[in-house]
Amino acid sequence: MRKHNRSRSPFRVVAGLVTAGILIAGVAGCAPTSTGSGDAASGGPEGTDDGTTLTLWTRAPLEKQAKLLVDAYNGSHENQVELTVVPNDDYVAKVGAAAGSNSLPDLFAADIVYVPNWVQQGLFQDLSTSIDGLSFKDSINQGHLSAGTYEGKEHVLPFVLDLSMLFWNKDLFEQAGLDPEKAPATMEEFADAAKAVQALNLPDTYGTATGFNCGGCEVFTWFPSIWASGDEVMNAEGTESLLNGDNAKEIYATWKDLWDSGAVLPSSKDEAGPTWTAGFTDGKVGLMFYPATLLSSTPFDVGVAGIPGVDGGASTFVGGDGIGISKDSTHSPQAWNFLNWMMSEDAQVGVLAKDSDATSRSDLADNEYSSKDPRLITINEVAGNGDTPVAINFQQAFNAPNSPWLTLIRNAVLGDGTTVDADNDEITAVLQQ
Amino acid sequence: MSTPILARTAPPPPRRRVGTPLTGWLYAAPTAIFVALLFVLPLLVVGKMSISDWPLLGGDKGINFPDNFVSAVNNRFFLDSVVFTLKYTVLATILLIALGLGLALLVQESTRWKGLLRTAFLIPSALGLASASLLFYVLYSPLAGPFAELSKATGFTFLGTPDAALWSTLFLIVWRYAGFYMLLMLVGLQGIPDDVYEAARIDGASRWQTFTGITLPLLRPTLALTTILCVTGSLLAFEQFYILTKGGPDNSTITVVQLIYNVAFQGQNDLGVAGALSVLVLIALVIINIGQLRAFRPADED
Repeated sequence: MRKHNRSRSPFRVVAGLVTAGILIAGVAGCAPTSTGSGDAASGGPEGTDDGTTLTLWTRAPLEKQAKLLVDAYNGSHENQVELTVVPNDDYVAKVGAAAGSNSLPDLFAADIVYVPNWVQQGLFQDLSTSIDGLSFKDSINQGHLSAGTYEGKEHVLPFVLDLSMLFWNKDLFEQAGLDPEKAPATMEEFADAAKAVQALNLPDTYGTATGFNCGGCEVFTWFPSIWASGDEVMNAEGTESLLNGDNAKEIYATWKDLWDSGAVLPSSKDEAGPTWTAGFTDGKVGLMFYPATLLSSTPFDVGVAGIPGVDGGASTFVGGDGIGISKDSTHSPQAWNFLNWMMSEDAQVGVLAKDSDATSRSDLADNEYSSKDPRLITINEVAGNGDTPVAINFQQAFNAPNSPWLTLIRNAVLGDGTTVDADNDEITAVLQQ
Repeated sequence: MSTPILARTAPPPPRRRVGTPLTGWLYAAPTAIFVALLFVLPLLVVGKMSISDWPLLGGDKGINFPDNFVSAVNNRFFLDSVVFTLKYTVLATILLIALGLGLALLVQESTRWKGLLRTAFLIPSALGLASASLLFYVLYSPLAGPFAELSKATGFTFLGTPDAALWSTLFLIVWRYAGFYMLLMLVGLQGIPDDVYEAARIDGASRWQTFTGITLPLLRPTLALTTILCVTGSLLAFEQFYILTKGGPDNSTITVVQLIYNVAFQGQNDLGVAGALSVLVLIALVIINIGQLRAFRPADED
């Protein structure tokens, strides 16, 4: 072998830097932000409809509703909205990168649980003047409206309401000897019904299903059980977790019992969200806590009720997305034209209710479509008892893939169930960061 | 990192003056601009981030020097992710180097199936890592995968337990990269002159003696290259875990880069702390690479 010399250390440091740095550099690329211009109210209460092209971002779970709304708007207005649908998991990163480089779209929707944080970070324009000018302001869903209110100023309107409801497969209920017209009224009845369907021993068919690796799914479907039992999940400021109450522990125990007895779809254990509703939609699951937005795409006969608590009651998670005008938009009056139309009866009833979705305005809850389908009335009624939790660190504490909330439920349901108090403290610690 | 093979085949060109110093600068400019724009600049931005209070959605809010590093080290997954990344790196490196060398020897020895084998081992390398991960995501899926029935019958899931998830991911990595490392090893093997082997045969050396006494020592530069590539690549593992496990089950498979990504984009949304973590990783990698280059330095160089 031939010897070869070269100056050692500097070369190696540089080589090391080159090898190491390139991948890491990918995280970079954001610049400081500045506040955009434009006042949404300057175009009058209706906004401006002058043929401007508006951009709108939303996340994939609400794609169907967003498309319907955008198509209906584009068909009846000069302005044209270009819709971009982003995969759920990438949405925060995409919005964050765009916010850093001042390139947010004119309009963008946000998971309502992130809205308080995003409003506080100044991503949305103040819409107070325009929203206060709406004659039906008091009937707009209060949970969404207050999530977008910061220092007394309203920034966000409800885009699509997604309510968690108890859905049951009437056919499987009938086969299992249960009353297909009667909803399980307590967590215990829920568990009994799941076990009854499981006992049918049909191939690939299970009592219930959920997503034990999906923090958002469990927030969406288990918080209502706690509310329906009369407890809270957090203090009012969203800085202390109250998920270790007696009722909460009872609910975890019910789920643990269901899991241990084999009445839960096995893939629920690793389900991280993308397919958590698939089993029910395929008719392979007896009953589950399920997003109401999927009512119209569930192909068979289902019953719908509020999510029960330990001793009865009914509640729901008023989730879904809020929408506002971004700080970077230079077409605020035109964007307001879309929002104003979105809140109108044409959009709420003519598009959303027609698609079997909940309306964001309580004065439109009774409409020609809901009178045809009593399930829609149930959904709209329960929506009134529902809740939207507010916390600045909500994503990190609950929705993130490594959130302490996931640790809590996995320990409580899949583990031995003895660490709820300690895990609850961990959630509080993250909420207080 | 140049290999001695290059050093041997390229005789030093005679020094000649071509044009003025300006021409020299012009020749160097394209590379210099690329390096400055794509490497130095991002590196400086990360450095700036690491010492600034920089929320993802809020932008730069001024200097926040030691705090970011304190939060980075105190992150509840910091230690776990370092331990897991090291464990994964050791396993991946041993598997890939051993298999790469083994496959290269196999392909070199076999004359009849040479072309077929070489192509078969190399084909997975033509697939991007993210695409390969998605492919295996479906393959491993207990719902839609081809082994779904088996999973149902036995209760075993590929990604369901920490150990299963680690080995399932390692299998993907071996499948994806073994051919690539085989290729590097082949190049190294072909660089060993035949006359050395001939001399060994004349001396009556056994196969094993030839392997340990000739192949391995003469392959040292190639082994250095492959080990450094493999260690650095594994320490920066991200896509495969991001797609296959998302750090789960129960936060058992969080790698360091994934932790950086999570801090930056999934929850904490704090680019400052993420930048601090990146800087720590960068320093660690520089130290590890210096150590490796030292360790693989030919014994007679001193």
